[in-house]
Amino acid sequence: MGGFDWEEITSNLPYLFEVGMVFTVKLTVLAMIGGIFFGTLLAMMRLSHLGWVSAIAGGYVNLMRSIPLVLVIFWFYFLVPFFGAWILREARPIPVGTFYSALITFTMFEAAYYCEIMRAGIQSIARGQVWSGYALGLDYWQTMGHIVLPQAFRNMLPVLLTQTIILFQDTSLVYVISATDFLGAASKIANRDYRLVEMYSFVAVVYFLISFSLSLLVRRLQAKIAVVR
Amino acid sequence: MYYHWNWGILFAQEPGGSGTYLHYLLVGLVWTLATALAAWVIALAIGGVVGTLRTTNHPWVVRLGNGYVEIFRNVPLLVQMFLWYFVVPELLPEALGDWIKQIPPPWGSYIPAVLCLGLYTSVRIAEQMKAAIQSLPRGQRYAGIAMGLTQWQTYRYVILPQAVRIILPPLTSEFMNIIKNSSVALTIGLMELTGRAKAMQEFSFQVFESFAAATVIYMLTNLVVVLAMRWLERRVRVPGLIAAAGATQMAAH
Repeated sequence: MGGFDWEEITSNLPYLFEVGMVFTVKLTVLAMIGGIFFGTLLAMMRLSHLGWVSAIAGGYVNLMRSIPLVLVIFWFYFLVPFFGAWILREARPIPVGTFYSALITFTMFEAAYYCEIMRAGIQSIARGQVWSGYALGLDYWQTMGHIVLPQAFRNMLPVLLTQTIILFQDTSLVYVISATDFLGAASKIANRDYRLVEMYSFVAVVYFLISFSLSLLVRRLQAKIAVVR
Repeated sequence: MYYHWNWGILFAQEPGGSGTYLHYLLVGLVWTLATALAAWVIALAIGGVVGTLRTTNHPWVVRLGNGYVEIFRNVPLLVQMFLWYFVVPELLPEALGDWIKQIPPPWGSYIPAVLCLGLYTSVRIAEQMKAAIQSLPRGQRYAGIAMGLTQWQTYRYVILPQAVRIILPPLTSEFMNIIKNSSVALTIGLMELTGRAKAMQEFSFQVFESFAAATVIYMLTNLVVVLAMRWLERRVRVPGLIAAAGATQMAAH
């Protein structure tokens, strides 16, 4: 193999970060926002008193949680173009590109996991809070929006962020649809220059540093919240 | 928009000549389970030991265990897979590395996949194990010491038999995770269930039938795992320990 080639890494830093890491971070942040939004809606559906509403949400969450993420990525990669054609009433599948395909996949997949977190968060709020909301004359959406969700969100913040670190790591799986995320960019260079050892070791170190520092931050936040309560 | 549904494709011959597509997928399931089970043995052994060591009173052992957990937890599974497959053979002595690279096809990706999944899952089990042990009332440990047991004996006869029963429910979901995670091995060429569904889609152009079949097979597998673990939990249950089991699940989250 002949020595570790640092030059290989330094000369490709701009491509790795400006193309690869930007893709990864954009995908993580947008999928987190979308995932928490849909996850919260799913959690509200799961806790609904209407049997069929709760059954739909429960079925969706269980389906997503019982199949591998790689298979979900493949599903959406092929399904989204067909779905787009169906909505726009086109005869042919609409090409969406790897980024949007990945974004839709991760939003919908992570929503199932965020849902379980938000459900626990909503259930952790004392029933009296909900009743006092209704007693004040607020309707369901006002009670949820002003009383229950802000508290549930606050209680669950560390867990939501931990799930986001998992999401950040999981986005590397877009490799299977040949997207140029951080790992994808490194893999393209690795195979072009036949420098797999340098590239994959570097990728591992960068992922480790980011995930580890984020998890330290989450731990700190957790301690802070625990004091406030 | 139209899509030609053809469920009959499952009973058509696959181009490799091994039988029908359904048979082809089921062989994939066998590879998935073979990978998951072998990795599971590694994960349980290492995870159980590391998790237990992290609860002992030797500071440097605890620190070493924590370091191990942080390393394997903060690098994505796919990157770890590439490290085992592409990087490790290059770092070993040349003769050994060359020998590894010449291992014939299924085993050449099966072995790194098992090692990778095994170590990746071991840190998750180590976390569950630590949480389970810490959820036991402190009095259990003191009682062991008061009776004159050594630390080893206290673990062997007092703490571990309870901890193992407590982690059974979280282990169920960890086992389902290892089955799902084994699909990542398709990136290093292991033709397990998801890999074969992808290949079937490429050969037959029946995208949704291929993925739907794989999805149903995964769901049935999950169902079997859940039922089997429920049976196991009932078999080893000790009356009075159920409350403790609920407590760890909270602690583990």
